Amino acid sequence: MSATVDVKTLVIDGENVSARAGQTILEVAKENGIEIPTLCHLDGLTDVGACRLCMVEIKGLNKLLPACVATVEEGMEVTTKSERLLKHRRTILEMLFAERNHICSVCVANGNCELQALAQSQGVTHVRLPYRNPELTVDASHERFTADHNRCILCTRCVRVCAEVEGAHVWDLMGRGIDTMIISDLHENWGSSSCTRCGKCVQACPTGALFDKSKIGADQPKNPDFLPYLNMMREAQ
Amino acid sequence: MSKLKLATVWLDGCSGCHMSFLDMDERLLALAELVDVVYSPIVDTKEFPDQVDIALVEGAVASVDDEKKIKKIRAHSKLLVAMGDCAIAGNVPSMRNPIGPTAILERAYIENADEQQQIPCIVVPQLLRTVRPIHEFVKVDVYLPGCPPSADTFHTALTALVTGEPLDIPALTRFGA
Repeated sequence: MSATVDVKTLVIDGENVSARAGQTILEVAKENGIEIPTLCHLDGLTDVGACRLCMVEIKGLNKLLPACVATVEEGMEVTTKSERLLKHRRTILEMLFAERNHICSVCVANGNCELQALAQSQGVTHVRLPYRNPELTVDASHERFTADHNRCILCTRCVRVCAEVEGAHVWDLMGRGIDTMIISDLHENWGSSSCTRCGKCVQACPTGALFDKSKIGADQPKNPDFLPYLNMMREAQ
Repeated sequence: MSKLKLATVWLDGCSGCHMSFLDMDERLLALAELVDVVYSPIVDTKEFPDQVDIALVEGAVASVDDEKKIKKIRAHSKLLVAMGDCAIAGNVPSMRNPIGPTAILERAYIENADEQQQIPCIVVPQLLRTVRPIHEFVKVDVYLPGCPPSADTFHTALTALVTGEPLDIPALTRFGA
């Protein structure tokens, strides 16, 4: 028995590509070697379309779509790089830098940070918005890890990896909008929470917001690459 | 051809950008063929000159004095370069912003002082409420991030600025580099 595959053909950046129905624009672009900048997306986790960095233009559509959650359609014409998109991506990154206290030079993730790398790849050399300089806490109550809210960009990768992969759902969001905070359990100290000490959230965190106490500076590369394999092996069982 | 006039300025920073600038070593000799350093912490000129072609500014604006200086520098410079993360983003000096200058001064000069507990107020300039990047006060022409930008970055960038060649800064450096 052979199940028929529903194939969609579309154009991404002038290139004819084919995809399976239900695939996201981001997945198809990646399969075809077309890079779209992302931040809240992480292979192995569900997508939430929160950071808006992966916004793409669709011919005939006025609004931009987030490539990580928008699915392919027959005959779609997608543009992933344009002056307009670059302008929006830079503004998003500048807003993230202005929102909390990102001091790259003294951050544990300096040189291993997705926010920092994106600023460079998208050509952000300064932030045009005034810095907010909020007073934020650092939770060092956990025996192995630290949560520095100064560096948090609210991507929710920690929330998703803890709930979806570890199955513990220790992390969640509290508050709304710019006042949103990542919290453990019902706003307990991380150290006295129901944390299983697996460390997946630390690996999933794109910045220096969650880090391993035993590692500092350049010794802090994040390795979230295991997630898709872990999911694959679980499905195979 | 007359040489270009280069000034370098040190506001609220650690002087690391200037050290990195000096780290160009023998390449400074080649640079000296193209520019005259007319004002700098490393030359003995007291007043900022009337006409400067390129001004490299290290450090953020943290005091009333810094604010006065950066406005004067802008008024007398053709090209203003924000040199390093402090000038561009506030960086380490701006870490006092969430706490405020009063709390910082009290911790340093009252709580942690064994003798003569007093906050200095004579000669030293008054601190601004927040430490801010220079582009919040004046127009900046070129941003050169890094903490500090490397000697190679300085060399490539300055050569391009002096000769008018195109300059791709994100290819050279980034925040925290």
